[in-house]
Amino acid sequence: MAAEPLLSVRGLRVEFGSHRGLLTAVDGIDFDVREGEVLGLAGESGSGKSMTLRSLLRLVKAPGQVSGQALWRGRDLLALPEAEMRRVRGREIAMIFQEPMTALNPVLTVGTQIRENLKEHTELDAAARKARAIELLDHVGIPSAKSRVEDYPHQFSGGMRQRAMIAIALAAKPRLLLADEPTTALDVTIQDQILKLLLRLRSELRMSVILVTHDLGVIAQSCDRLVVMYAGQVVETGPVAALFAQPRHAYTLGLLNSVPRAGAVRQPLASIPGQPPSLLELPKGCAFAPRCRFAIAACGGNRPPLVEVGPEHFSSCLRHRDVANR
Amino acid sequence: MTAMPDAAAPLMIVDALSKSFVRRGSFVDRIKQGGSKTVRALHDVSLVVRRGETLGIVGESGCGKSTLARCLVRLHRPDGGRIVYAGQDVLALAGAERRTYNRRVQMVFQDPYGSLNPRMSVRQMLAEAILFHRLRKGAAVNQRIAELLELVRLPTDAADRYPHEFSGGQRQRIGIARALAVEPECLIADELVSSLDVSVQAQIINLLLELQERLHLTVLFIAHDLRLVRHISHRVAVMYLGSIVELAETERLFTKPAHPYTAALLKAAPELDPARRSVVEAVRGELPSPLDVPPGCPFHPRCPKVFDRCRVELPLLRERAAGHVAACHL
Repeated sequence: MAAEPLLSVRGLRVEFGSHRGLLTAVDGIDFDVREGEVLGLAGESGSGKSMTLRSLLRLVKAPGQVSGQALWRGRDLLALPEAEMRRVRGREIAMIFQEPMTALNPVLTVGTQIRENLKEHTELDAAARKARAIELLDHVGIPSAKSRVEDYPHQFSGGMRQRAMIAIALAAKPRLLLADEPTTALDVTIQDQILKLLLRLRSELRMSVILVTHDLGVIAQSCDRLVVMYAGQVVETGPVAALFAQPRHAYTLGLLNSVPRAGAVRQPLASIPGQPPSLLELPKGCAFAPRCRFAIAACGGNRPPLVEVGPEHFSSCLRHRDVANR
Repeated sequence: MTAMPDAAAPLMIVDALSKSFVRRGSFVDRIKQGGSKTVRALHDVSLVVRRGETLGIVGESGCGKSTLARCLVRLHRPDGGRIVYAGQDVLALAGAERRTYNRRVQMVFQDPYGSLNPRMSVRQMLAEAILFHRLRKGAAVNQRIAELLELVRLPTDAADRYPHEFSGGQRQRIGIARALAVEPECLIADELVSSLDVSVQAQIINLLLELQERLHLTVLFIAHDLRLVRHISHRVAVMYLGSIVELAETERLFTKPAHPYTAALLKAAPELDPARRSVVEAVRGELPSPLDVPPGCPFHPRCPKVFDRCRVELPLLRERAAGHVAACHL
């Protein structure tokens, strides 16, 4: 377990200069991804989780400014020359998106899009690429793959499109898959199928996955470790089991309590008051303090650092003991 | 009125409601197939909404839950069937009676960005609703607006601001205030919180629970999120491809589902407990297109318990226990 991480992110920062000032989308975060694990990145809209994912593949466009370090097998992804980055992107690290209809090319058949990736990243010849494309579609669970491979994306249903996108992403056998809300647009029975598919592929191909989602149920069912983000910062990170059993940050606790559970029918939910802060003017100290029922004066002081609160479990909450014993 | 609805007091009776939409094909389609396709959105939907209850309606996309909501507020005209509200045949109403019905049954929409007029201030929106139904006059209008904002917990100065100045959760509060402005008896909430972040969702759910008690509202809560529906509904109806496949008291439905689709839906919803994981898919296959509903039981191509009869004969809703019906041959 304690082996060298596959990806090591340090001090990652994404900023946008706007006419209203400097907007900090990701505020200097650290995390690791280990070999073969599914790491969840959770948070509400504007927490910086998608921006974190995009910055790893250098997909953040100007005026976005990315700084910090992302060590990928000894190399810093953020400092790599573009030509080398192109070999990493799609081959070693692949990405799938929330909305397959906008991520897929509507004027190319699904087969063409898989073969395009195979041509770029593998040594296969045309005949082998053709066979491999069908194999991949079959592998991600598209029925009668042979007859569907020359279909266009619009001929696929939402769930099938997501499967097709996964097939394209997996064409080059990446070591790491970045999944940005891959099931958010899907119905619950289809979401269940896609998550199970991702987990199956993870073990078969021994790849790691970073799964960005706002759905805590999805995290509980599919991730090994979790990073909780709030207002561009990591507020808590740890093994999923420990974190769900005993959250150690007031924000994580609030999030978990916001979700209705069986047995408290028609009782008021423990909601978090207010709304996330504007990224243009983050509060000094803990960004969650203005909404926090545990907040004390010290929370408004310097920004609290992540401290170890359990085995591999870190929290930046000054009141993590009280949160644990609530 | 008490918190528990009175079983003997139906407020709205929906009887064998059907609605289809004709999709005209492209020019090429029309030459090739010689016609247009019909989407069966609602097929023979019957249910009773009791006064004061929250009736949850769940289902996946294309199951007809939004079409049902829209038929109930008369945004769509059903092709067949009846809606009886407080003893009146809704589809036959005209003129002043029809306007009264529109006032008594109000809808709150899913998208708080698309359903509010961006060029109207909150005050203008609320005043329009109040004045149209002649509920207040003169200075009483502004007083009522202040009351409504207080009711949905928006600051008083919100009245003179425009939708773009509010967050998603606040806009949803405005949507609720606008619906409440006309003093409705029944609120139809179509995916009320699904576009909101989870912490804000909880705020809006709490508001809805509180308003329902305070104003004795009957609520139709339409959503795809089973956890939310379980939390706030007294009874729940499950829809699949235009039909109700099961309806029961909430706890009964969630603990003893009688229809395999309901069971699959419950199993597919990701549990919050990481210790309880499964590796098996809850249900195989895709949702069929509503353009091409399978014969017999619409769920049969995906059903783990399918047998011959399911492929040919449509199962009707059959009583399983008091107040619990399911449409399954088993």
